[in-house]
Amino acid sequence: MKKNNINILLFIFLFILSALYLSPILIVLLNSFKGKLYISEQPFALLNEENFYGIKNYTVGLAKTGFFNAAFWSFFITVLSVGLIVLCTSMTGWFIMRVRNRINSLLYYMFVFSMIVPFQMVMYTMTKIANMVSLDNPVGIAVIYLGFGAGQSVFLFSGFVKSIPMELEEAALIDGCNPIQTFFKVVFPVLKPITITVSILNAMWIWNDYLLPYLVIGTEYKTIPIAIQYLKTGYGGIDMGAMMAMLVLAIIPIVVFYLICQKYIIQGVIAGAVKG
Amino acid sequence: MNKYMCKYFIIFVLPTLTAFLLSFLIPFILGVLLSFTEFTSIIDAKWVGINNYVEAFSNREFVNALKFTVKIAIVTVITVNFFALVLALLLTRQLKGRNIFRAIFFMPNLIGGIVLGYVWQLIINGVLYKFGVTLSYKPEYGFWGLVLLMNWQMIGYMMVIYIAAIQNIPNTLIEAAEIDGANWFQILTNIKLPTITPSITICLFLTMANAFKNFDSNLALTAGAPSRKTAMLALDIYNTFYNTLNGEGVGQAKAVVFFIIVSAIAFLQLKLTRRKEVDSL
Repeated sequence: MKKNNINILLFIFLFILSALYLSPILIVLLNSFKGKLYISEQPFALLNEENFYGIKNYTVGLAKTGFFNAAFWSFFITVLSVGLIVLCTSMTGWFIMRVRNRINSLLYYMFVFSMIVPFQMVMYTMTKIANMVSLDNPVGIAVIYLGFGAGQSVFLFSGFVKSIPMELEEAALIDGCNPIQTFFKVVFPVLKPITITVSILNAMWIWNDYLLPYLVIGTEYKTIPIAIQYLKTGYGGIDMGAMMAMLVLAIIPIVVFYLICQKYIIQGVIAGAVKG
Repeated sequence: MNKYMCKYFIIFVLPTLTAFLLSFLIPFILGVLLSFTEFTSIIDAKWVGINNYVEAFSNREFVNALKFTVKIAIVTVITVNFFALVLALLLTRQLKGRNIFRAIFFMPNLIGGIVLGYVWQLIINGVLYKFGVTLSYKPEYGFWGLVLLMNWQMIGYMMVIYIAAIQNIPNTLIEAAEIDGANWFQILTNIKLPTITPSITICLFLTMANAFKNFDSNLALTAGAPSRKTAMLALDIYNTFYNTLNGEGVGQAKAVVFFIIVSAIAFLQLKLTRRKEVDSL
């Protein structure tokens, strides 16, 4: 009986806490339907006849930011980069783990080293080089993400490869498969769990990344974070109404993605944190 | 390497390696070299020795950003991990709806720093409005604003790692302790906490590294206001590069210092976790 009471109290406590935890997002949603003035003066007030502004914040915000374009570029860059990263780093991770020689171990250590280097260290020089070799477009930026994300992804793939037995691959090679066939027909399917982890970690990073795309392609192409930041810097004063509406639109795809892939996301985060 | 391996090296490794060289290794080496020069583009640089470093450390904004970042890191490491651990302990009990609670607490982690910054700007300014001030009124407001934001962002993430660790504790261990008459506090301090120590170490360092590297939410929440007093290291480096006349050399020197600090943290983590693994054998 006593234990039951504690659990009920605990449940109520957690219920209130999680409501508080969600409240910032709900308040933004609420304010996205209010007029500008009411947002800064009474952000916590509920909607009423006086402050209700309909969906005008949304129409204004969409026009100011070109949000749908930004969403398209965010999506395009994320999908292309994640695809490229998964394809290239899984091959590299498998190869340098299975073919042990001095060059490959040197490469492995360089990849691991790159994981700890903060972006600001290469921010300026990388932007200039990207510009010089014409990677400063939505396709080229995938190559930059591949290079910058290679460290963690190769590390995760080769760590996983280390734990799978070699018999299957050997059998395939003896049966006359070349290494490329062996990799795609035998190894890659086995890598599925770590492929999901790598995809999710990179997708979360690239979708939300602001500074790298801003510096490399920001003047011509906007991703969602760039569009939102532009709303503050691009016009005279910040239009809080449009800002609220765009924040809501930026959060919606993330919530949908989370609801669909929750299990994989949490597993991916744990795997990435513990091994990374 | 024989010819056969060479051919497959080209297919399997070269694409990744080329991208790695272009967007990481060459920029990294150039970055280190350029920190000793005065430059406006990478091909036009004049050697100035350690001048940039001297200038960086005599720059009040940089020293201030360094202190500000260290303070934020200390406070967030403590608060995030305390709350995350408490939540993890509560949410590993047999409780109705615990999966939904976990999902809710984790959710903010998926939202990017820029969006988080503006969400919290609304909330904090909304509260401060009642006192007739805004976030940019005093650096302290920005400081606690950032702490609050980073807690909201990271608690769920660390909680998930702690939950995984707690669930890995063998049930028999806890049952045996219960039979021996241990109360919940003894079980916590003598069984749960010691067994999850490796995860605590990981989370402490993850939080610290994230706090040090924070840029996006700093830019969105305060952008350094008032007068760059709430700029963390990453934002200060950015400002030096792009918002200061001829700031490139000094900016690059600051970036190298930043890199050394972050890698020192990573190195310390590696040493500590390795030793812990040996200890637990």
